[in-house]
Amino acid sequence: MDIKDQPGFRSVAIICLLVLYVPVLILMVFSFNSGSLVTHWEGVTLKWYGSAFLNEEFHSAARNTLIISVTATIVSTICATLAAIGMTRVKPWRGLAAAFMVINLPLMVPEIITAVATLSFFALIAGAFGLNFGIGNLIFAHTVFCIPFAYMPIRARLEDMDLTLEYAAADLYATPWNAFKRITLPLLVPGIMSGAALAFIVSFDDFTITQLVAGPGQTTLPLYIWNQIRRPMTPEINAISTILLLVSILFVSVSFLIARRRAK
Amino acid sequence: MPEQPGKNAIEVRGVRKVFGTGENQVAALDTVSVSIRENEFFTLLGPSGCGKTTLLRLIAGFDFPTAGEILLHGQDIAPLPPFKRPVNTVFQSYALFPHMTVAQNIGFGLEMLGRPKAEIEARVAQMLKLVKMEALKARRTSQISGGQQQRVALARALAPQPKVLLLDEPLSALDYKLRKEMQIELKRLQNETGITFIFVTHDQEEALTMSDRIAVMSAGKILQVGTPRDIYDRPAERFVADFIGETNFLPGTVVSKKPGVATVKFASSATISAGYPEGFDPTGEVTLVVRPEHADLVPDPAKGTIAGTLSNIVYFGTDTHYHVKLDGGENFIVRHQNSRSSPVTFATGAKVGIQFEEDAARVLKD
Repeated sequence: MDIKDQPGFRSVAIICLLVLYVPVLILMVFSFNSGSLVTHWEGVTLKWYGSAFLNEEFHSAARNTLIISVTATIVSTICATLAAIGMTRVKPWRGLAAAFMVINLPLMVPEIITAVATLSFFALIAGAFGLNFGIGNLIFAHTVFCIPFAYMPIRARLEDMDLTLEYAAADLYATPWNAFKRITLPLLVPGIMSGAALAFIVSFDDFTITQLVAGPGQTTLPLYIWNQIRRPMTPEINAISTILLLVSILFVSVSFLIARRRAK
Repeated sequence: MPEQPGKNAIEVRGVRKVFGTGENQVAALDTVSVSIRENEFFTLLGPSGCGKTTLLRLIAGFDFPTAGEILLHGQDIAPLPPFKRPVNTVFQSYALFPHMTVAQNIGFGLEMLGRPKAEIEARVAQMLKLVKMEALKARRTSQISGGQQQRVALARALAPQPKVLLLDEPLSALDYKLRKEMQIELKRLQNETGITFIFVTHDQEEALTMSDRIAVMSAGKILQVGTPRDIYDRPAERFVADFIGETNFLPGTVVSKKPGVATVKFASSATISAGYPEGFDPTGEVTLVVRPEHADLVPDPAKGTIAGTLSNIVYFGTDTHYHVKLDGGENFIVRHQNSRSSPVTFATGAKVGIQFEEDAARVLKD
């Protein structure tokens, strides 16, 4: 019997969807509120989007976020690609299973633990060597926790790939490098894209680690929103949140579309 | 069979291949030696797990032998990686590159060899014509049928003009009719290109119809190498006789022998002279093999060498199989080709005799 025919299935599903999306919808609706309260509706306006676009602090937070996310995405995707190749395309080596565990462990460790650990690590370096890499600290931290997210789809793609194709390339006089460049890499691109999109979104909206590691002047968008809601809130914050949400949805959709195309 | 003159394309000398370590060691190839001549259609035939694909992979370079040499025109290629061997492979799954067109697939080998663009284009056009795929050259390989993919895989492997073409059960994914067509097509391609083909199959009929010579393999060893006729008519071992075609096995006792021919007595005390392979010395209780088409039914049991009761008649269109329960208890099949002028009819349950053609019976190692 199909689960959809179970009594009450439909209403439970609808309640779950409402709980998930109604708050988000309310947030988006109030970004168009002409009043200055986020709980009392007065009329429709776009002025909060206008003031968000003119807000210097928002600009600076967006800039920080993009610098960190883009760099972390590129570096973590490269690391994840190399790791995935090293763990699927070479002879099994001692500690392969352990390496797999180590790469995926960050997904299971509570983020606050990683955050505290990362903070202590940078404090230790600053204390011992007097080194502080400024925004580099954040980029480094983001790169590290993005790797497992980028790694997953890339590895899945490599494992799905028919190894015979690489044998065929070698049989047709392709050196290992040429076989990688001409066969493995082009076929891996959807996996890499999907891994990169995932890494970007994870870095883009990270709060916990960023909050602990960020120094002065390193406010990212999630931190900026957090700071704003501790003051009297205006619908401007709803507008900014809506923009963030749209960027996230865009990336998730791209990742999903790529994944679906590769499944065909 | 004496070694015929002619240059060898591939010589496999004492090759062993062991997989696994320690207690889990399995010898996939147990000291195999074989010579494959130039311009020959050579088939490695055997059941799955006999080592035929392992041998092919060693020649292609996807695996390296544990011991022994593989010579290509006299040069040992066993330690070379696959991309340094002038040998190309048609894979069982075709392994066409899904992100390239048909033409790009065919040109890939030449491109990797660094041939000039004009030469690649000309050669690809020639190959497309050879396998009759000109119309589909711009298609992706996912947009063509299985039979067409097969042709592209062939063209791709032939384009760099390899010294030897390896074919790993390339027809097994095709349906019956297409397979028959491709068998003829493969023979034509081999004749036209003059390239040595090494063909791996478990299908004995395919091996018999296509090959110049066949090596029958079992459990990591080559049991017999010979022309299809040799293998079928003069199998060297019981396994070969059993694996290729249908065969009757009859128990008997050797009463006397001279070189190559033994006289064997049946339980019924009738005797027959039977050939036996070189290097085998049959004595005492032996098993005789007789092909079903090398025997004939006679209505009078006394006129046959052996006798029995007709238990079943199976009509196949081109021929009829008569299943005879021998007086000694064994089953024996006689195959009779149907023709309009042979209206001889037997009824099940009738007592019949079986006569053998001359040289029909052979004594084989178990």
